[in-house]
Amino acid sequence: MYTFSSKLKTLSIVLILLGIFGIGYGFLTAPKNIEDVQKILDAESAHHGGGHHEAAKEAAHEMPKVLPAQQNQSVEKEVAHESEEVVMEAKDTIAVKPLDTVATDSAKVAVANVEHHDGEYAAPAEHHQTEAEAHAEHEDHLKHVLTQLQNKPWAALYVACIFIMLISLGALAFYAIQQVAQAGWSPVLFRVMQGITAYLPVGSVIFFVLLILAGMHYNHLFVWMAEGVTQKGHENYDKLVAAKSGYLNFPFWIIRAAIFLIGWNLYRYFSRKNCLAQDESSDNSFYKKNFKMSATFLVFFIVTESIMSWDWIMSVDPHWFSTLFGWYVFASFFVSGITTIAMVTLYLKSKGYLEFVNNSHIHDLAKFMFGISVFWTYLWFSQFMLIWYADIPEEVTYFWTRIELYNLPFFGAVVMNFVFPILILINSDFKRLTWVVVMAGIVILFGHYVDFFNMIMPGTVGDRWFIGIPEIGSLCFFIGLFILVVFTALTKVPLLAKRNPFIEESKHFHY
Amino acid sequence: MSSNKVIYAIYNDDDVLMDAVKKTRAAHHHIEEVFTPFPVHGLDKAMGIAPTRLAICAFIYGLCGLSFATWMMNNIMISDWPQDIGGKPSFSYIQNMPAFVPVMFEMTVFFAAHLMVITFYMRSRLWPFKEAENPDVRTTDDHFLMEVAVKGDEADMVTFFQNTGAVEVKVIEKH
Repeated sequence: MYTFSSKLKTLSIVLILLGIFGIGYGFLTAPKNIEDVQKILDAESAHHGGGHHEAAKEAAHEMPKVLPAQQNQSVEKEVAHESEEVVMEAKDTIAVKPLDTVATDSAKVAVANVEHHDGEYAAPAEHHQTEAEAHAEHEDHLKHVLTQLQNKPWAALYVACIFIMLISLGALAFYAIQQVAQAGWSPVLFRVMQGITAYLPVGSVIFFVLLILAGMHYNHLFVWMAEGVTQKGHENYDKLVAAKSGYLNFPFWIIRAAIFLIGWNLYRYFSRKNCLAQDESSDNSFYKKNFKMSATFLVFFIVTESIMSWDWIMSVDPHWFSTLFGWYVFASFFVSGITTIAMVTLYLKSKGYLEFVNNSHIHDLAKFMFGISVFWTYLWFSQFMLIWYADIPEEVTYFWTRIELYNLPFFGAVVMNFVFPILILINSDFKRLTWVVVMAGIVILFGHYVDFFNMIMPGTVGDRWFIGIPEIGSLCFFIGLFILVVFTALTKVPLLAKRNPFIEESKHFHY
Repeated sequence: MSSNKVIYAIYNDDDVLMDAVKKTRAAHHHIEEVFTPFPVHGLDKAMGIAPTRLAICAFIYGLCGLSFATWMMNNIMISDWPQDIGGKPSFSYIQNMPAFVPVMFEMTVFFAAHLMVITFYMRSRLWPFKEAENPDVRTTDDHFLMEVAVKGDEADMVTFFQNTGAVEVKVIEKH
């Protein structure tokens, strides 16, 4: 039996407390109204000095080089179909230019100046604005920035919450696959995997609460939930979102979420229960039950996982869609789940709790980390390259905002999730070394956090992103909670399954 | 020493062979070669053969393929004749890189795979009209043969190998 080391317990509690302070700080410092935003913008423009016009011009000149030259023209033609993001950006720039405030917004000048928020051409209009119009534009801009800044602590919380919850879901999917594949190497790790998935119920509850809060308009994470978006004639009316409201409406959305979370948790609960019953039983009936249940779960999982990715992640950009998105999200948290299994296993092994785990088991886990990292990259690139190549304006804005505003995290994620693991974990000897696997694991996990950050943030906070106290605080909170829940669960049952039909093979597994 | 004489110890089971190899190594007889009809797991370790470096070769070949593809696409698409083809930006390599990645990937795999296979053929001296070096035809079917150089007392060695479970022990004069 594993005993939770007091040091680790203290660490997890410290992380939780630090996280609560960080999250609280994020919410307390978020602006309350547009006066606060005005102050922030004034402070920013005072701080940055007058360099914005130059920056704006440079950015405008850079544009044609960054994307194919025909891009601007096609944007002009497609004005009416442009996504809301770009509409918002247009508002920014129009208001910003005369006031010379926000530097980052001006990066989008080239796109923005071809259109006005109501579809007119903005470039000439800009110069003929009356003072009253300019004032109204400015108010709009302040409201837009206010929304983004108020979203920031929520989005930070949301990203960390969904990421850590999906890690335990990834571990659960891996566990189910191992059961169904009748893998001979992994049964000695089943209890570790079950420990990791113990976070799933806790994470699900917190996540579900976050979803409900979003639905109760405590935040603006999901644009399609805003008031009046589906109501013709309302100032928020959005034709594209209205057309999707048969799918994207709060009741249906929250019911789906409940079904998914309950389904996953039921599998986790009964699978663990049967596994423990198998220890005490005299035949293999519980093992067979688990086999059938795992196969059913995998079917349920792949359907719900795909829908989950549209509901919880893709719908922060409700004007954008991608077919392989579900797979892409899956690869991201699946590899994180496997990495977490490897790291928890190495930790327990180093404390002497896993007698039968040898470096061949670690080698296998590292091989999965390597392989699924490459799989993630394959999907990342496939999604990016298809959209980049065809360059259809309504699709390409997704990557446009990411490359322009999130350049380092966007490409940094590829370096951390692909270049680093492929160079480190390609070597068979390295895959057996604890420190190499742990180091690669830390980079992969951080890389996939950044990946989720890239998926959520551009649609919620736009150019106002920063990995600061609210983001790190949220991450600390959920990591602390994860450690606390997982290692408490590990103390509850023996770390070696007794009567699994493959346990002997697994004990002597040697690669 | 007298010696271009070798002993052929023939076995009919891979487990017996593995034991024999371990005993032979323990007795410090030099194993020249072992012939088996199929790969025997762990035989190379038991014989003390150094691990292969073929994977390292493949990695380097892959890098060569990647470099070649990069150079080629850059030369053709960017340096030599940077046309506007459907609006793709050919001002610099990095701007149009996503379009080149499929080529870069395939070239990497192509070079790594083919050059590694050729390396394997060269290192193991295999080619189409190569004369087979099989000492006993049964070793391709169901027998295992261990070839050991004769040093010191021949009769002693023969008894030693008979005791290792060999179904046949032959002393052969090699040319």
